[in-house]
Amino acid sequence: MRKGSVLSAFLGVMRRDALSLWRRRADALNPIWFAAIVVTLFPLALGPEAAKLARIAGGVIWVIVLLASLLSLDALFRADLEEGSLDLMLTSAQPLAVLAAAKILLHWLATGLPLLAITPVAATALGLAPETLPTLLTSLALGTPIISVIGACAAALTAGLRRAGMLLSLIVLPLVVPVLIFGAGAVEAGLTGASTTQPMLFLAAGLVASVALGPLVCAAALRLGNH
Amino acid sequence: MPDSHNDAVPLLAARGLAMVRQGEPIFGPLDLELRAGEVLLIEGGNGSGKTTLLRVLAGLLGASEGRIERHGVESEDLTGPVGFLSHALGLRADLSPLEQLDFFACLYGLRPGISAMGALKSVGLEGFEHMPVRRLSAGQRKRCALAALLHTANTLWLLDEPYANLDRDGQILVDRLLEAHIARGGAALITSHGLIEPNVSRVRRMRMELADA
Repeated sequence: MRKGSVLSAFLGVMRRDALSLWRRRADALNPIWFAAIVVTLFPLALGPEAAKLARIAGGVIWVIVLLASLLSLDALFRADLEEGSLDLMLTSAQPLAVLAAAKILLHWLATGLPLLAITPVAATALGLAPETLPTLLTSLALGTPIISVIGACAAALTAGLRRAGMLLSLIVLPLVVPVLIFGAGAVEAGLTGASTTQPMLFLAAGLVASVALGPLVCAAALRLGNH
Repeated sequence: MPDSHNDAVPLLAARGLAMVRQGEPIFGPLDLELRAGEVLLIEGGNGSGKTTLLRVLAGLLGASEGRIERHGVESEDLTGPVGFLSHALGLRADLSPLEQLDFFACLYGLRPGISAMGALKSVGLEGFEHMPVRRLSAGQRKRCALAALLHTANTLWLLDEPYANLDRDGQILVDRLLEAHIARGGAALITSHGLIEPNVSRVRRMRMELADA
């Protein structure tokens, strides 16, 4: 692969960010610890009554995953802006949307995927019916990349602001409400024995649309913020 | 230096370029031309708009007025790659100089004939190749960013205060890099607040004054 090609720029951004995540892996794991701890809070607050927990487990896990994904968004473009490497990306004449896509993919790999990996444990802890677990995992697999994309666009908009964490949540949460509705809706349908096809198709359509358009929006927001 | 370079189309040209921000003039209107094989030194005091001018020329900021041409072609959004050095050097604190150079190369492409190790050696960072940039001094970071310029393939360099933070040897190093760059047919636009004289064979000067309100 020739250095300086679009593919090498995409991989270069991914490798650099993965390396700096690895060097700060204790920080990178924080969203996962957060999710694990919040899961244990529900039985403590609601009492250990298994039927009640099992009833709400799907929705609870969806909300926890959503909130945990937000935690790592704030830092997504902050380093690039502060250290000046965003200037490098812009002066390199590489398509910024491709570089943004690399950052979004890495955000999902570093946050969405580990959250997906601990979901079976969380679901068991909350007593979710085992036959609903595949539905929950599929809905999360379709939904978490959408959260990463929408979150990255908001992070790009707020990267230049000091202490944007709260603002970021206020921008992202309303936008991902549909993802939550269809995601938790699919689990609910699975529990009651109804068909999960419709909410899954909505999630899949949302995933396709956000993967196609998200990096472009993200790049436009980054250019705007760097002015 | 063959004279044919002089007759060629300028690598970078600006005509009637001016910047106004919230009603306050930042610089200009000004004209400039930068041809292959020369260094253009922009001199001016603090706040005279040098950094803003450089960001506009790099395509990071839109100008209020005027136009910019690269290789004689006017472009709305400047697409060609440029070597860009600003006060924020673009280095990731957790990564080593060697890893930074690889990142730069992935973005800009490699200059043939020089390895990352060779580039780091020639800026005096031998022995620091694997140390996180966080643990390097300000001058060593600057040297790392200079090594990245040397390692990548850009012909046009836009350097904001390349001599800042460097010791005497470092300043001689910048002169040496600029001299080699223009000898290869490259061009560089550098800014300075006037304390350090670049010692390069072909320097043209341009003075920026504070814009009148």
